[in-house]
Amino acid sequence: MNRIHKKLQEDKKLLSIYFTAGYPNLEDTVPIIEQLQKSGVDMLEIGLPFSDPLADGPTIQESSTHALTNGMTTAKLFEQLKDIRKTVNIPLIIMGYFNPMMQYGVEAFCKKCNEIGIDGLIIPDLPVDVYNEEYRSIFEKYNLINVFLITPQTSEDRIRFIDSVSNGFIYMVSSASVTGAKNTFGDAQNQYFERISNMKLKSPQIVGFGISNAETFKAATKYGKGAIIGSAFIKMIKEKGIEGIDDFVKSIRL
Amino acid sequence: MKTYNVNEKGYYGDFGGAYIPEMLYPNVEELRQQYLSIMNEDSFKEEFHQLLKDYVGRPSPLYFAKRMSEKHGAKIYLKREDLNHTGAHKINNTIGQILMAKRLGKNRIIAETGAGQHGVATATVCALMGIDCVVYMGEIDIDRQAPNVARMKMLGAEVRPAKSGSRTLKDATNEAIRDWINNPVDTHYIIGSAIGPHPYPDMVTRFQSIISEEIKWQLKEKEGRENPDYVVACIGGGSNAAGTYYHFLEDEKVGIIAVEAAGKGVDSGESAATSALGKEGIIHGCKTLLMQTGDGQITEPYSISAGLDYPGVGPMHAHLYRSGRGEFFSITDEDAMKAGLELCKTEGIIPAIESSHALAIFHHKKFKKDDVIVINLSGRGDKDLNTYIDYFDL
Ligand SMILES: Cc1ncc(COP(=O)(O)O)c(C=O)c1O
Repeated sequence: MNRIHKKLQEDKKLLSIYFTAGYPNLEDTVPIIEQLQKSGVDMLEIGLPFSDPLADGPTIQESSTHALTNGMTTAKLFEQLKDIRKTVNIPLIIMGYFNPMMQYGVEAFCKKCNEIGIDGLIIPDLPVDVYNEEYRSIFEKYNLINVFLITPQTSEDRIRFIDSVSNGFIYMVSSASVTGAKNTFGDAQNQYFERISNMKLKSPQIVGFGISNAETFKAATKYGKGAIIGSAFIKMIKEKGIEGIDDFVKSIRL
Repeated sequence: MKTYNVNEKGYYGDFGGAYIPEMLYPNVEELRQQYLSIMNEDSFKEEFHQLLKDYVGRPSPLYFAKRMSEKHGAKIYLKREDLNHTGAHKINNTIGQILMAKRLGKNRIIAETGAGQHGVATATVCALMGIDCVVYMGEIDIDRQAPNVARMKMLGAEVRPAKSGSRTLKDATNEAIRDWINNPVDTHYIIGSAIGPHPYPDMVTRFQSIISEEIKWQLKEKEGRENPDYVVACIGGGSNAAGTYYHFLEDEKVGIIAVEAAGKGVDSGESAATSALGKEGIIHGCKTLLMQTGDGQITEPYSISAGLDYPGVGPMHAHLYRSGRGEFFSITDEDAMKAGLELCKTEGIIPAIESSHALAIFHHKKFKKDDVIVINLSGRGDKDLNTYIDYFDL
């Protein structure tokens, strides 16, 4: 059974962390993953940096540029992760844009993920329609769960279609925006979370974009199965480094 | 049937499509569903053509360049897009898209710009319609293109610096896309070339296709035939070229010549010759040829001409290249600058440096004496005066 499925069955709200591989330092990738697991995080999104991350706000853009300058590449990331399953057993998802994956070769990329023990992928600029027609069989062959996004603007029909193609969870983008930390959610967001919850989808929803602290984590997980923190984590690690991880995680899940 | 036009799924052969984050899907899908029916409305066509005539100054002349023809031994016609209001072909597209935006009920416009030509053309139509306008421009380009920044401001647009990545055109495009993600309801994104997710390349091409529509009847008047032997255009993203080729795409007797910027030389590491240097990939929501590292990171192109240094190329052109329908040339800074000066001296026309690249074709390809060649003179050289001054020590 895929680790993501097992994790989704646990009777708790899941905390997932996004970080950019190779940031702040090239060789931080594995120590960050190990520390996040130790601090009790449920699932990780490992960001494969891209030169033109058009769905990301300034924090993740800057970390991506920095990671690339540090020398991060797809091959380098795979090299860093080759023994990760000796020490880490929480679900690992690679999040990245489609162009670097195309250049590596989509099948070669998926095969490598499978060998390493990656459980899923999030590719914001690979639309569900294209995935379904052209790439689904490759992902399934290598037992990778592909995760799709929905937003407050996504129509009900399309949400149902995305739900039917999904076999893990749905990434529920909290508001119409690029990534970036917010301090509170407003009524519009709560209504949206509730509306989606009432749709009784087969896939659980994990909320991302704009989660930054205990308050937003709690609001997001009132309806969703879990929440993903990205920019706020990156800001923290920029300031405090790996030593800051444990306090950060504890401050989210009080 | 073999076709070089877009198919119903938004592809030109292997290229095109809409590789966009889900956040953009409602906007792009709304446009995809409506653009053709809106463009086909009588009231739309009427308003579009009226503005092209009275405001832009169309039809632009098809001028027989007698002295150039004698010099190079061919019948050379220049399609004078340089005489349009705002000085380039870009306005054909922005007029079309502002009318589209109005019909879609949008009240805020965003755009990206490199050299500032598309930014000026967008700011112009927003002023014309009284609509709010934000133009994203790379921080480096803002410094390089001060007069166009001033023009946009005078026209009432807000110019926002793109400070991410390489701080040039591709980053300005990223910023415009991010703005659209953050403002999904009231905003229309006027993209400046035949690039981006479907339906943009096709929509922009259709608005620019007025160029080849006019060439056909103008040439008929002058030569007694609608089709030239060759059409020639420079390619940045590919909008002036797409408009110049459009009505000749399916007629293989008309040769299609595409001119890209080689910068300091195709192999110099400072070039924008995308067809020669690019590989298939995704840029700004479109599958096409683009310049990138082996690892799939998009690289920064170089050309003396700010309008040609885009790391990708519109999907129509990627297909024309791969299928062999188009003949592609890369012209260096040096050859383009010389060709620009040559046009000044032989015809009394100062061309934009982008267009000078197309003019350099006569030093790279031999034509027959009775070949009829139409070159799209995409813009005028006013904006490039400082570059000309520096280059030739004027
Ligand atoms: C005069 C002129 N010609 C050509 C171009 C290149 O754009 P495209 O390839 O979309 O026609 C530009 C772009 O700014 C321009 O200003």
